[in-house]
This record gives sequence, C-alpha cells and structure tokens, in this order.
Amino acid sequence: MNWLKYSAPQTFYPLADTLVPLFAWPAAILTLIGLYIGFFVAPTDATQGEVYRIIFIHVPAAWMSMVIYLAMAFWAALGLIMNTRLSFMMAQALAPTGAMFTFVALWTGAFWGKPTWGTWWAWDARMTSELILLFLYVGYMSLTAAIEDTRRADRAGALLAIVGSINIPIIYFSVKWWNTLHQGASVSLTKSPSMAKTMLLAMLIMTFAFWAYSIAASLMRLRCIVREREKQAQWLNEAKE
Amino acid sequence: MDWGTFFDMGGRGFYVWGSYIVTAIVMIGELMLLRNRRRILERHEDE
Repeated sequence: MNWLKYSAPQTFYPLADTLVPLFAWPAAILTLIGLYIGFFVAPTDATQGEVYRIIFIHVPAAWMSMVIYLAMAFWAALGLIMNTRLSFMMAQALAPTGAMFTFVALWTGAFWGKPTWGTWWAWDARMTSELILLFLYVGYMSLTAAIEDTRRADRAGALLAIVGSINIPIIYFSVKWWNTLHQGASVSLTKSPSMAKTMLLAMLIMTFAFWAYSIAASLMRLRCIVREREKQAQWLNEAKE
Repeated sequence: MDWGTFFDMGGRGFYVWGSYIVTAIVMIGELMLLRNRRRILERHEDE
C-alpha cells in the first residue's frame, strides 16, 4: 500500500472524511460506558470518598497530554528528516488538542487537590513540569502562527517541539525522582495497579475514549490545515501570474 | 437511586462537577471550533 499517495490533498480529503466518524463515534460511546462504570459501578474510595471520581478524566487527560506531545515531536522530527510537508501539518494538527488535554489535566488536578490536599496548586515537580508542557504547546502554536513563511514556521516549530520533548520523561518520572505532593503512579507498566478493578476499568475505557477523541479532532484539524495551505499556494500562484 | 446524593458526591459535588463540566466544555468547544473552521473554508470555496 502506498501511504504517500494520501499526502496528496485530493486523496486525503475523502480518507479524512471516512476516518473521522470511525474515531468520533467510538469516542462518544466509550465515554458513555466509561462514565457509567465510573459513577455507577466503581465503589466509593475508602480514603477519599467520592471525590476520587475525578481520576476518570484526570489521569486519561494527563496521559494524552504526554502521548500527544510525543506524537507531535515524532511528526516534527520526521518532517525535518524526510522533508515531508504533511508530517509538519500532522504535528500542527496535534498541538491544540494536546494543549487542551494539558489544561484539563491541570484543571482537574486543581479541583482534586483542593479538597484532598487543601490547595489548588503547589510548585511540586509533577505539577510544574505539566505546566511547562502547557507552555511548550502554547509556545509551539504561537511560534508556528507568528512566522509567515510556512516552510520556516514548520522548521522552527519542529525544533521547539523536539527540544521540548525532554520534558516528557521529566513529567513521567517526577513522582519517582523527587519527593512530590502529587502521589505516585496508581498504574504502572511494571507493578500491578493499586486500585479496585472497576475503578481501573473505568479509567482505561476513558483513556481509549480520549485516544479516539484525539485522533478524530486532530484529523479534522489536519484536513483544515491541508486545505488552508493548498489555498494559500493557489493564491500565491495566481498572484504570480 | 437518589439523584440528590448523586449530585452531592459526598459533599464534594463542587469539585467533581467543576472538573467534569469544564472538561466537557473545552472538549465540545474544540469540536465546535473545528466545525466552524471547516465551514468557513467551505463557504469561501463556494464563492
């Protein structure tokens, strides 16, 4: 299968139009299932009571904020190496959704921190590095928007995205490396999870929902970006003639 | 099922719903912005 042919706008539009609902519908359905299990099946937490239910959006959003950043840095790097314009566009299509999830992680973290720790915010390693992630997303978006020449904007943005990816392992390991107010991982790749099965299930379903949402939203955005650039090129050509 | 106790969330309703409502607003808001962006693009194409 020749994937490169999909980088041509004429073939990409119909593909995007087919793919978006394939991810949007699962996102909506999984959200409903995840919330149902999260609110009606998962038990009250022994120590935190009901407020822990924020976890069903807090943790998936925080995971997505990191995963999307890595995906963005990957496409940016691929764009720099292979000089493929669609890769840069993919990086750009991911950034606002990543920023949105970073905001959600910070916001829900504050609303969870206040009743459990007594503070909306602390300058601890996990929270500070997540805030830096938000600044990286915003910085990337403003940088690419500020440079008029799309080629230069793509390259400058890609560089920022790649350098900023150092922050991701810092966020991930912050609760291990430093003594933070933020609790350690409830779910890790090496240990069995320290939560009730239904709680974990709701959290995982919400994570899949957010994954599907992210793919649908960034495909919708990618489609707009491709079309906008295509038009810009048309105008430039017409102006030259 | 008593909806009063459900929305109260053990006295933490403000925090739980404050998290969920804002999350819903930004996610749905993003989709609406995207739809708008596409609509503007298509409108220009018709001209």
